[in-house]
Amino acid sequence: MSEFQRFGVKSFTGETKSSEFAAYLERGQFITTRCKQCRAVSFPPRVDCPECRSSDVEWIEVTEKGRLQAFTVVHYGPAGFEDRAPYTLGVVGFPMGIRVFGEIDEAIPTGEIKVGMVLRVVPIRLNGERVSYHFEKD
Amino acid sequence: MEREVAIVGAGQTPFARRCGISISEMCFGAFCNAMEGLNLKTEDIDASVVCSATEYDKQRSPAAVICEYLGFAGKPTFCVESLCSSGSSGLRTAYSLIKAGLHDVVAVVGFQKMSEMSSAEAAERMGRSGDVMWESPFGLSMPAAFAMFASAHMAKYGTTEEQMASVRVKSSRCASFNKEAVFQKEITIGEVMNSAVIVSPLKLLDCCANADGAGVILLANKDRAGSITDKPVWIHGLGASASSCTLSRRATFSTIPCSWPAAKDAYEMAGVGPEDIDVAEVHDCFTITEIINYEDLGFAKPGEGVRLIEAGQTYPDGRIPVNPDGGILSKGHPIGATGISQIRTIVRQLRGECGKTQVHGARIGLVQNLGGPGIYAFITILGRD
Repeated sequence: MSEFQRFGVKSFTGETKSSEFAAYLERGQFITTRCKQCRAVSFPPRVDCPECRSSDVEWIEVTEKGRLQAFTVVHYGPAGFEDRAPYTLGVVGFPMGIRVFGEIDEAIPTGEIKVGMVLRVVPIRLNGERVSYHFEKD
Repeated sequence: MEREVAIVGAGQTPFARRCGISISEMCFGAFCNAMEGLNLKTEDIDASVVCSATEYDKQRSPAAVICEYLGFAGKPTFCVESLCSSGSSGLRTAYSLIKAGLHDVVAVVGFQKMSEMSSAEAAERMGRSGDVMWESPFGLSMPAAFAMFASAHMAKYGTTEEQMASVRVKSSRCASFNKEAVFQKEITIGEVMNSAVIVSPLKLLDCCANADGAGVILLANKDRAGSITDKPVWIHGLGASASSCTLSRRATFSTIPCSWPAAKDAYEMAGVGPEDIDVAEVHDCFTITEIINYEDLGFAKPGEGVRLIEAGQTYPDGRIPVNPDGGILSKGHPIGATGISQIRTIVRQLRGECGKTQVHGARIGLVQNLGGPGIYAFITILGRD
């Protein structure tokens, strides 16, 4: 199994030049790409820079805190997620200028989840060999 | 105002949860409906554009079998896809073919038979609505994306669930006069509020439903239009834009980023502004989407969309009537046919054929058709004169 195929609850595609992302999650680090030429930071990571078309990128770790911009509690999920519901999805914006989409830590009571709340992104291990990340309260 | 390309005919099948006939038969029904009363023969149609979100089709490249069944054999045809806005991208394609002088009369055929797919197959496709590499692995679906937009709009502007529900109330009122809609029963705010939560804050009745249906629009250049019909409706403005599919690459969630750039282009091409629109069809796949659309199209200022619905200004007798046919929420959503049905409603409004939901004296109408979780936006401005 390719490294990236282990990313998320369910994988749809496993081949990418960004598969290091999943390898770092395994090691407990959440990383993304920065273009060495124009310094543009991207999330999701991409090893081909759309700003200057360079493929010379470096991986940087995201450790700062961000704020929740939008969220939903999913009560009816798509195929492969039926038994997982309810789960909460959201987008968190970080001061470094990126936004990250993902699941919000199920330990946070739903009633406490509010747009604007401070969260940080934390790598997690799912059942078996799968890796992912979620957003935890600071 | 431009009078180069006209819509000379517009038809559709009634939308249904399950139509019980083939895709070609559905399209034939819509084609006959569009041809009614026209001085036009099938052999006068030079080309066709077939619109479908083909991931929902059993038939590969469905343009071929549909053209055969409609009698277009031997004529050029194109299959156009942009998810829920496939119909409007088809219209833009057909307009371009005519404007370029390649063809004089072009048929745009939009359809989807959502019932052709098992619920498991539909759920599988729902799970691939967004970026499959980075976002689908978390269980993102189309409703979940729009629910997130709702949460952002609520946080930014104080929009409430009751205000969203009032969009469905208007939709159901209008659809009670529309015999082609899947849902024709009037719905109260309480019924919306008490329906099951699907993706918070959206409940079952905040969401549209899959449907089967087909629609056909017939376009002709200015030299032919007058001989085909005495009620041509002119394409005055077109606009199209796209936002990022990956939600995390969007800067804001309280608006559909591609809507305004598309609307601005269409307004400029038509030489009109939002205040000149007499009647509109907007993409109400969810109740929140209609409120956001009011703002993105310039019908209301950002954050003030709810005022329009609360004051009744988007009802058929209001200042800016929106979705007088009941919209997607009540008509149902046969993906590839949806845009065609929206355009047909505005064509009929401009011809004065809408009975109890007719907007009196409507001369300029606007259609906004979105694709996916606000990935694509197509705006079409039509005029009677």
